[in-house]
This record gives sequence, structure tokens and C-alpha cells, in this order.
Amino acid sequence: MNFWRVPLDTNEIDVVHGEVHIIDDRCKGCGYCIEFCPRHILEFSLQFNAKGYHPPVVKNFKDCVNCHYCEVICPEFAIFSVEVDEPPVV
Amino acid sequence: MRYNSDNFMKKPEHPLNGLIRKDRIPHIWCSGCGIGTVFSSCLTSIKNSGLDLNKFAMVSGIGCSGRAAGYVKLDSFHTTHGRAIPFATGLKLANTDLNVIVFSGDGDLFAIGGNHFIHAARRNMDITVICVNNFIYGMTGGQVAATTPHSAISTTTPFGNPESPFNLPLLAYASGATYVARWTMLHVRDLTESIGEALSRKGFSFIEILSPCPINYGRRNKKLPMEILKMYQENTIIKNNADPAELDIDFERGVILGKFIDKDRPTYTENYDKICRSTQNV
Repeated sequence: MNFWRVPLDTNEIDVVHGEVHIIDDRCKGCGYCIEFCPRHILEFSLQFNAKGYHPPVVKNFKDCVNCHYCEVICPEFAIFSVEVDEPPVV
Repeated sequence: MRYNSDNFMKKPEHPLNGLIRKDRIPHIWCSGCGIGTVFSSCLTSIKNSGLDLNKFAMVSGIGCSGRAAGYVKLDSFHTTHGRAIPFATGLKLANTDLNVIVFSGDGDLFAIGGNHFIHAARRNMDITVICVNNFIYGMTGGQVAATTPHSAISTTTPFGNPESPFNLPLLAYASGATYVARWTMLHVRDLTESIGEALSRKGFSFIEILSPCPINYGRRNKKLPMEILKMYQENTIIKNNADPAELDIDFERGVILGKFIDKDRPTYTENYDKICRSTQNV
């Protein structure tokens, strides 16, 4: 994350890690989660789901801070995040 | 190529899975429609309220947003057109322990059910009304509604809407609602908090939520859903306790969001008990 001025206690703050789960077949490809993710960790998948939409896919696993915004903006109950100790290695 | 793998050690469930009828998901709402977001925000508020889920009832009228009653795993009823509020009034009076939520659209609540809305607000019925305002009759094919902005294109106003729309928070305030707020579906966290607050207040609570209709409003007015959301992000002003008279929706000038009214007034049930059920009258 780029700060205009680095906060003094940056080193002391534990950043929470999140793991995004996507239920592909509920997605209708509106792209709200991709557009409004504050860390821009999602992108459209090249694959189709059962209804012919491109669901989102995580591109930067380690950047998720478990803010849940994708979860609350999703109109389809298709994406949610859970807190994890370490970002998953995929 | 990236794909969503299925090999997580144990797959967690969506946090709202317990409150929705999973067999009916994916729902009928179009891609980019905001009703789903408002619905999930409403369910999150219900979940966070900590109240007994058996004490909730959701009533909705006809229209796209009326479908919400069919997707919620609570006691719910999908009423006839415009009659969500009278039905909710009956529910509340018959069983005053219930938390009754009316989840419906602008056409259902303010055009067909307009009279019911103002009279329920006047009586101060103890219900929470959530109005998803998408500026159009979406389900029936995009006819002009009581909330369609001036000069907007719809199937029945192909040259632009000559009428002026309702100012819904002003109407609710003038009719006597005790909690009035307006948010957009992009301000989900404020909205969730606001619905939770409205649930905890007694009296008639009204929340208007602006939501994009990508097919029947956006497509005719040359607005993509993402552009509408950007507009919600850039052309809105959060101003709590604003004067309801200045809340006309004009994206050029900036739409005012926030909690406008939060006051206390005796509810219908309290007044009824005091006047008609007091011991001296029996």
C-alpha cells in the first residue's frame, strides 16, 4: 500500500490476512467486488460458470486484509472472506 | 489461467447461508441490480441485532424487490400489489412481539401503496419499512414511476419524463415517521448500521435506498451499472439531520444521504392500549 506519509507505528501494526472464497455458480459477473476491492486483489476469471458468466478470481492472495467489502457489496451471496493467520500459498 | 480452486482444507460457508433459502439462489435479480446488496445488508442487520429470529417477519409487495420475501428463511409473506404495509400492520397488531420488516420497492410503496404508507406513518405503526428506490417499474418493463427523475427516459415516456418525482424522506417526515434515513446500495456499511438502528427503534422507521436498475432504467438512460455506482460514490453528500425539504434527488447538485429524523413519538399500539384497553373504559 502506498502511503503519502508513512505512519509512525507502521511496524507495530499487525495487518490481518484474509482468504477470499468465491462460490462460482452464484456469480452473475457484475464486477462490483473487482471494482470496489480496496486492495484490488480480484480480477475476472477466463472461465465461465454454469450460467455463462465470468466469476471473479483472486490474483493477489497475500494482499487481502479481510475487510469484507466484497462480501457486503456482492448482490448474489457469491463471495465472502474469512480471517486466516497466514495468507494461503497457491 | 487462474481459477477458483476447490481444494481448501475445509470449505467455510457463506455467513448468510443460514438466513437465505439456498435452493432458490441464484435469485432472479439481474446482473448489476442493487436489490441483492440491500437484501444481504438487511439480513446482516437482522443477524447482528441478536434478536430471536422467530420474532421476525418480512413482508414484501409486488415488484423485483418483492421477491425478497421468497428468498429469506424467516417468516415472510409476499402480498398483493401495494398492500405490504396494511398486511404488516395487521401482523404487528395481532402479535405485538414481532419485529415486522416491510421490504419493497418504490412503485409498490409509493404509487400503488402510497396511501397505506402515509397512513401507517401517521398512525406511527411500529414497523420498519425498507424501500429500494430504483427510479422505475423494473419488473413490468420500465414504465415511468412516481420516483422517476424529471426528463428521464422510460418506456412510457420516450421523450423524457415531464413529471417531478417524489421526495420520499420529506413525504415520510411529513406523514409522521419517527426514523427516516437515505443511503445508496454502495454505502453498505452505513446502510447495515442504519437498518440495525431502525430495527431497534419503536415507531415507524423508513429507509430509502437508491439502487441501480441496469436493464430497465440504466440501459434506456445510457448508464452502465458501474457508472451509476461511481455516481453514487462521487455525487453524494452525507449530511445527517439535513432538512427533509432539501432532499430532492439531483445527481448534478449532489444527493444528500444520511439519517434525517430520529425522534420519539407514542406508537399506535401504545395509544390504542391507553385509549381503548384502559381499565376505566371496560
